Amino acid sequence: MNREVIIIGSGPAGLTAAIYAARANLNPLVFEGNQPGGQLTITTDVENYPGFPDGIMGPDLMDLFRDQAKRFGSECYFKSVTKVDFSSHPFKVWVGEEEYASNSVIIATGASAKLLGLESETKLMGHGVSACATCDGFFYKDKKVYMVGGGDSAMEEAIFLTKFASEVIIVHRRDELRASKIMQERALNNPKIKVAWNSTIKEIHGTEETGVTGLTLEDTNTSDTREESCDGIFMAIGHNPNSGVFKGQVDLDDVGYIVTQNGSTATSVKGVFACGDVTDHVYRQAITAAGLGCMAAIDTEKYLEAQN
Amino acid sequence: MADNVAELKKDNFDVEVVQSEVPVLVDFWAEWCGPCKAIAPVVEEIATEYEGKVKVGKVNVDENQELSLQFGVRSIPTLLIFKDGKVANQVIGAVPKTNITQLLDQSI
Repeated sequence: MNREVIIIGSGPAGLTAAIYAARANLNPLVFEGNQPGGQLTITTDVENYPGFPDGIMGPDLMDLFRDQAKRFGSECYFKSVTKVDFSSHPFKVWVGEEEYASNSVIIATGASAKLLGLESETKLMGHGVSACATCDGFFYKDKKVYMVGGGDSAMEEAIFLTKFASEVIIVHRRDELRASKIMQERALNNPKIKVAWNSTIKEIHGTEETGVTGLTLEDTNTSDTREESCDGIFMAIGHNPNSGVFKGQVDLDDVGYIVTQNGSTATSVKGVFACGDVTDHVYRQAITAAGLGCMAAIDTEKYLEAQN
Repeated sequence: MADNVAELKKDNFDVEVVQSEVPVLVDFWAEWCGPCKAIAPVVEEIATEYEGKVKVGKVNVDENQELSLQFGVRSIPTLLIFKDGKVANQVIGAVPKTNITQLLDQSI
């Protein structure tokens, strides 16, 4: 049986699309991916989502989104799409061996934290290397940790880590930060936070058994290297769009974001729509993702009506 | 917590996990961890589906820091699969169910 619409992704974009599609009686099937609720589930306080004057915890906000989507009949599954074929109708979507067919697809797979790309980093992920300060900060009580990045999220996470760690050193490749004034001030005025300017991480030391024991830093001006001891390394160096599975199926830009057309959510394939951070490297907010999700559902509804 | 998921602590860990005759899936989690909440229903499903073949337990890291330390858990959720008292496999982060069941099937 063909579905009317399959939604791939379950952050603010995917679940808002599900709310609208469900209310339009399209009976959406949502594949939640490997992080149901998306990036907000690894944050703490969300203070800028309208309607919550006292702020709300990211995971709680996403539970509300999901409840609202389910209330109108969305089916949500904790499954990851592994392959798609948009070359013929109906569109096909695979979850491992399971095959699904649908008259339309909404892509809302979001973005994931960028990593440095070191072998030692992959090996020690979960053993001292982390891309989620709010998840893992707890394990670094009275420890020395490094925070890689120079933007607002790096500042925010560095400040969060000072609740546990004895020392947080921000590693930044330049001699000034990219973060907003207010976040820079908050971070730099914190007595536990220091900055290693003009530095990049060249190597991470440790084994799966010992965890991270230290790192090698390289001076970006002189190329001099120095070794430091530490217990943890946290990454906040930006994001990559989760578009790998759609490569060759819809048009992507040169860094992998899905290209949408003329201010709509239409992709290069008619009947396939995209919304949220997988299309947006500019705004990247929960509220903009939700807005794009709403647009995608309306675009989908119009497309399906025109087909019938 | 579901009936077939054991609450593990320092006192019962040895008896329930290390001395267990069947493989044990241990979920290290915390109340404040979003990805842990995402994976909790999956862990409960596995407990039901593998009843008799695999034991399933949860360690609250807030209350059991010694156990987290002992097994080098520095990120949650971490799922450890114990076989014959030793860690045979591990999964870090919330992953789809099949990733976990594949590793479990290897241990049975």
